[in-house]
Amino acid sequence: MASLDRTARSFLLSELVGGFLLTLKYMFKPKVTVNYPYEKGPLSPRFRGEHALRRYPNGEERCIACKLCEAICPAQAITIEAEPRDDGSRRTTRYDIDMTKCIYCGFCQEACPVDAIVEGPNFEFSTETREELMYNKDKLLANGDRWEPMLAANLHADAPYR
Amino acid sequence: MPKIKIDGVEMEVPAGITILQACELAGLEIPRFCYHERLSIAGNCRMCLVEVKPGPPKPQASCALPVADKQEIFTTTPMVQKARKGVMEFLLINHPLDCPICDQGGECDLQDQAMGYGFDRSRFHENKRAVPDKELGPLVKTSMNRCIHCTRCIRFATEVAGVEELGATGRGESMEVTTYVEHALSTELSGNLVDLCPVGALTSKPYAFEARSWELTKTESIDVLDALGSNIRIDTRGAQVMRVLPRMDDDINEEWISDKTRHAIDGLRYQRLDRPYVRKAGKLVEASWDEAFGTIAEKLGKLEGGKIAAIAGDQCDAESMVALKDLMAALGSPSVDCRQDGAKLDGPRGSYIFNPGIRGIDQADAILLVGTNPRLEAPVLNARIRKRYLHGGRTAIGSIGPVADLTYPVERLGAGPATLAELVEGKLGFFEKLKAAKNPLIIVGMGALAREDGAAVLALARDLADKLGAVRDDWNGFAVLHTAAARVGGLDLGLVPGPGGRDVEGILAGCEKGEIAAVYLLAADEIDAKRLGKAFVIYQGHHGDAGAHRADVILPGAAYTEKPGTYVNTEGRVQLAFRAAYPPGDAREDWAILRALSERLGKTLPYDTLDQVRSRLVAVNRTFAAIDQQAAGHWGSFGTPGKPSDQQFVSPIRNFYMTCPISRSSRTMAECTASRAQLMAAE
Repeated sequence: MASLDRTARSFLLSELVGGFLLTLKYMFKPKVTVNYPYEKGPLSPRFRGEHALRRYPNGEERCIACKLCEAICPAQAITIEAEPRDDGSRRTTRYDIDMTKCIYCGFCQEACPVDAIVEGPNFEFSTETREELMYNKDKLLANGDRWEPMLAANLHADAPYR
Repeated sequence: MPKIKIDGVEMEVPAGITILQACELAGLEIPRFCYHERLSIAGNCRMCLVEVKPGPPKPQASCALPVADKQEIFTTTPMVQKARKGVMEFLLINHPLDCPICDQGGECDLQDQAMGYGFDRSRFHENKRAVPDKELGPLVKTSMNRCIHCTRCIRFATEVAGVEELGATGRGESMEVTTYVEHALSTELSGNLVDLCPVGALTSKPYAFEARSWELTKTESIDVLDALGSNIRIDTRGAQVMRVLPRMDDDINEEWISDKTRHAIDGLRYQRLDRPYVRKAGKLVEASWDEAFGTIAEKLGKLEGGKIAAIAGDQCDAESMVALKDLMAALGSPSVDCRQDGAKLDGPRGSYIFNPGIRGIDQADAILLVGTNPRLEAPVLNARIRKRYLHGGRTAIGSIGPVADLTYPVERLGAGPATLAELVEGKLGFFEKLKAAKNPLIIVGMGALAREDGAAVLALARDLADKLGAVRDDWNGFAVLHTAAARVGGLDLGLVPGPGGRDVEGILAGCEKGEIAAVYLLAADEIDAKRLGKAFVIYQGHHGDAGAHRADVILPGAAYTEKPGTYVNTEGRVQLAFRAAYPPGDAREDWAILRALSERLGKTLPYDTLDQVRSRLVAVNRTFAAIDQQAAGHWGSFGTPGKPSDQQFVSPIRNFYMTCPISRSSRTMAECTASRAQLMAAE
């Protein structure tokens, strides 16, 4: 009986019909593909993309050279050197991230006591040479200045869950 | 011995100790901030609370409570836990939460103990207090908001350093640790305040914000900036020495080090010789090792041994000195000397070491200082004498030589050798005090020996020791206090002129007259380089100082942090130093340079590895086999009896902060010098 049933199904092309039906069903559903790079999918406020060093609204850099990010970085991608600035405050003289080493785990932003180093929403920072991925303090601060509105909005959106 | 029970475990402890010490003996950790084993007990932080029965039904400060028989002590009961949590919360009420910008972060007692015993939030919502920072000089940076009033710094300054300059004003919340009138601390031990401070209120100024404790590589080593051979830990990051901290050694430095030891290390970054140089047409030009060796071989090859001389510097390791000695012997030169200052020391070992040992000071009951200012020559040793003075029932201390504030009262007997001669004859009252003492101690400094009549002074001091019965089987009270870390090692290795050889004075005189044609300076910078005349000068060392300026060939060597080395301190203790960083550029370990040069000169030295050099050391002198032990010195006849001159004794050190190429290159030491000069001018 079972063999009869199987033979009947194969002669009536039931699998093929089922497949076409599914295709037909999806023709009338909304599209899920996006036309990248002209269209982009939504990103969570917790998305961990390219790093940035933020500033306070008055323009003062946030980083205080506590070196906690350097200490926690599992890939040892961060290098910091510090010394007292002329006004006596503790500041970095060097803040480097090797983006080729970075594994985007987000520990640095978790460790930061002043929300200075953050991983922003930018994931489109591919370069043509490796050297361009060795970020220094200027590059990171420039990133911060460029992305600040989104960075602040993301931190604000995520704040209630922390 | 009282029998006590700690956490239910019965044990017997020595009478008179405190409960905190008893708990430590039992292997328990009692949190504390104000208690420190080498300072008096204050009992004001209240962190060490434990429950004691019999006693009042409240927790007791264990650091200030002596043990008594049949006591029961509990360290883990709910009462104790609650008390610790409460104390911690009170301490944190006024402590700013600025650990991320605090240099103590990562090695902070308050941080650690807050994690271990504290509460994870604060119930204090009012404003924290604000305290103005104090200015304590170029070495100690203050951040007084962080102070928890443990008073360790006050007690250290008063008791150990002997400068009563720190104190507290106000009480309760308005208490402030201050110097009353703002001025830099006038002690050579101020760096230790930073180590003692359990929080970040006192931090190191030169090291401010430079590194975190967890980034540093730690190397245990030996200090060479004075002759004490203090045990230190060198912290490096990459190739750079970031800081020097003391290591505990009860025989030598307890747990203190002097400011020079701690802060002169920034001199290792400046004025370094990092490649060979050869003088061409009156100018030093960069050269390769091959070229430098070629120039030397060409020059020395033509000379006979008697025209060549060598002087070893004050910070040389024993390995390089034995290589120098062997090379000079191979070249046929008897003129080798390690006594740059001209100290008249070459007798048996007992005549040039600190015989009783630094620990011996703790047993001395009358001390005579001859031509020495230990406060400048060895501040840590001076603190030890002060400790003896305080704990030994106001030990009688007399001094023949420079007038100075040594932080303890000193009976000034006279200024020159004449007084010493009178003392030997028993004409002075102090003689009776020394005679009555069970363990008299005579400390002879370089101020008395590094002079023309040094041998006569040495003979007088020896006579005095004999007359006092200061040299017995169970006590040897004859002590020589050196100022150069390499000196005892050099004398042990016999780096003194052989038969027909010249000493430093003879070498310089020979150079002026043209009798010496080539001089090998092994990091020797404390000589008068102008007197080298027309001689061909080879300088091997690590800093561009006096010797390098005059040199015809410069061979870049390694500083003490950059090579494994053997040093013998003033008490004759052989100690090993280890490499914390690599020498800069083309510079190499010193013994290896001498070994390479010897091959070029056709007199290859018979060792290729450090182990082989060390076996050679032992072959030259057996004492090098006993590491970290003080071998007793042989006591024989030494010194030359004679009539010393009328000249007064002066301390060889005028400026404590600048005594060697490293400290002279250091910016921190320059700041200290300026600050001290300012302080002296104000007085």
